[in-house]
Amino acid sequence: MITAEEIIKPENLVYTKPKLMNDTHMHYCPGCSHGVVHKLVAEVVEEMGMEEKTIGVSPVGCAVFAYNYIDIDWVEAAHGRAPAVATAVKRLSPDKMVFTYQGDGDLAAIGTAETIHACNRGENIVIIFINNAIYGMTGGQMAPTTLEGMKTSTCPFGRDVKLNGYPLKISNLIAQLDGACYVTRQSVQTSPAIKKAKKALRQAFENSMAGKGTSLVEFVSTCSSGWKMTPVQSNKWMEENMFPFYPLGDLKNE
Amino acid sequence: MSEEIRLMKGNEAIAHAAVRYGVDGYFGYPITPQSEILETLTELRPWETTGMVVLQAESEVAAINMVYGGAGAGKKVMTSSSSPGVSLKQEGISYIAGAELPCLIVNVMRGGPGLGTIQPSQADYFQTTKGGGHGDYRLIALAPSSVQEMVDFVGLGLDLAFKYNNPAIILADGVIGQMMEKVVLPKQQIRRTEEEIRKECPWAITGKTADRKRNVITSLELDPERMEQNNIRFQAKYRTIEENEVRYEELYCEDAEYIAVAFGSSARICLKAVEIAREQGIKLGLLRPITLWPFPTKIIKEYAEKVKGFLSVELNAGQMVEDIRLSVNGRTAVEHYGRMGGIVFSPEEIVEALKEKLIKE
Ligand SMILES: Cc1ncc(C[n+]2csc(CCOP(=O)(O)OP(=O)(O)O)c2C)c(N)n1
Ligand code: SF4
Repeated sequence: MITAEEIIKPENLVYTKPKLMNDTHMHYCPGCSHGVVHKLVAEVVEEMGMEEKTIGVSPVGCAVFAYNYIDIDWVEAAHGRAPAVATAVKRLSPDKMVFTYQGDGDLAAIGTAETIHACNRGENIVIIFINNAIYGMTGGQMAPTTLEGMKTSTCPFGRDVKLNGYPLKISNLIAQLDGACYVTRQSVQTSPAIKKAKKALRQAFENSMAGKGTSLVEFVSTCSSGWKMTPVQSNKWMEENMFPFYPLGDLKNE
Repeated sequence: MSEEIRLMKGNEAIAHAAVRYGVDGYFGYPITPQSEILETLTELRPWETTGMVVLQAESEVAAINMVYGGAGAGKKVMTSSSSPGVSLKQEGISYIAGAELPCLIVNVMRGGPGLGTIQPSQADYFQTTKGGGHGDYRLIALAPSSVQEMVDFVGLGLDLAFKYNNPAIILADGVIGQMMEKVVLPKQQIRRTEEEIRKECPWAITGKTADRKRNVITSLELDPERMEQNNIRFQAKYRTIEENEVRYEELYCEDAEYIAVAFGSSARICLKAVEIAREQGIKLGLLRPITLWPFPTKIIKEYAEKVKGFLSVELNAGQMVEDIRLSVNGRTAVEHYGRMGGIVFSPEEIVEALKEKLIKE
């Protein structure tokens, strides 16, 4: 029988963990999109050779501890304020590659003003937006992006638009802003989707260093815990319910 | 730019001082009575000379979070506002204190509560010295009483902020912000280079190089035992600041039987009150706290053994008087005299209040 040692040889290597991802045990739930997006960020930064120049701004939300997993310098922002924090970091250190990493509550509820104005000023930053239609960290409450009829702990009978308003397509709003150069909606539930998403991320990061303005990459994501589903069910539910309302693809690419 | 003597408003002085002390970034949002700070900076266009970033933010919330980001990068950064705007900044200030970052905040106070009035007030003393935002933290609080001190305290505030990795605040009011006086502007300081920042602020997010671990700026620590340790460290730092950084001015205190305690614009009016009182044979002195935190407790305690009473003279309902009472601890009489809501007292009113509340003859 062939042993593990015989298999683990450089010539047999088809995939490695990005060097920037450290061995800290991840706190994300099984089936959560956060982990995959983290890996993509690490890969892109590494492939661009920007490890020493990249500054991440982590949010308040499940990704608050992003700084524990990717081996770059980080600043952890107050809830919703990441784009303001990133604005200053980038303006004061223009040679740095600066990105925010935010959930839907962080970016599209409490931080709406900071998000819109950073994009409108055309800050040369990347905004990574995890849209899982729920507040993951606080235990599954309604988010601005929660779908109509979708049940959460604060709309237990399903989101009623008369009571709670409509799910917010904030990326479409941002695509209208002159300061935003690239707005795209991606997902990471299959290998082809991951490949595409990585390309989009790379373009966003390149835009920021080329001084083209703000790039926003939305990831339509799963929250298996918040949705109370298995990882497989979550992916299926996302494809059937989230994608029709939040269709994938570029909303703006200039 | 070399040292220069100019006539200008307190608010303009803050702007000139920011450029000359080598500030890297200013982030603000307009509000009366301090809008001249941002206006003057945009007129000076320091981004073309020193490279200083000046940005009008979308709100005070954004502005203070920009300060948080800039401070995290080890830069000399500041913001300014007036009372309602400073209320909005409290979340960010608490995060900055919790992450132990240096920065400078300026509050040119106006009358409140709420939207209140644009006239001068000192009603934000509690907010400034007792926290303002959530959590057990302290701001190094400097109270200028002249346009020259508006200049000097930009430099002093930043020095102290970087010495202790702690936010510092200049607590001025509409009088000091709006009045014109002769000032000496310092000569231009050169902004620190990236190399110097890496050396001076090894904790800053300057980009993770191979020779060090990643730097993380955060106030988060979910483990309560470690969070308590963080708090113990903060408190130890605050005790050191209390030990080393108390500043005050004493005028006519040597032979005083009564002492007026007043800061900022109130102290200027009190000085005139001291003259009037002395003409009437009342031995009144003036003690002017320059640092509101750390508070000049020790010197007040010393005078408490000698004088017949203290009069805390403030443009509010009685805030600093509580700190005086704590310092005096019952050794002698302590009274408060104040006007509120944007009304400024006259020196004569202060003397009358002294007679009525303390001398009682
Ligand atoms: C000022 C403030 N308000 C509320 C909270 C509580 N809180 C923490 S995370 C969160 C929502 C997170 O949801 P989202 O941004 O969608 O991210 P996710 O956890 O789903 O990734 C809330 C409301 C907070 N930390 N600060
Ligand atoms: S709660 Fe949801 S968003 Fe948070 S880690 Fe779990 S699956 Fe991911």
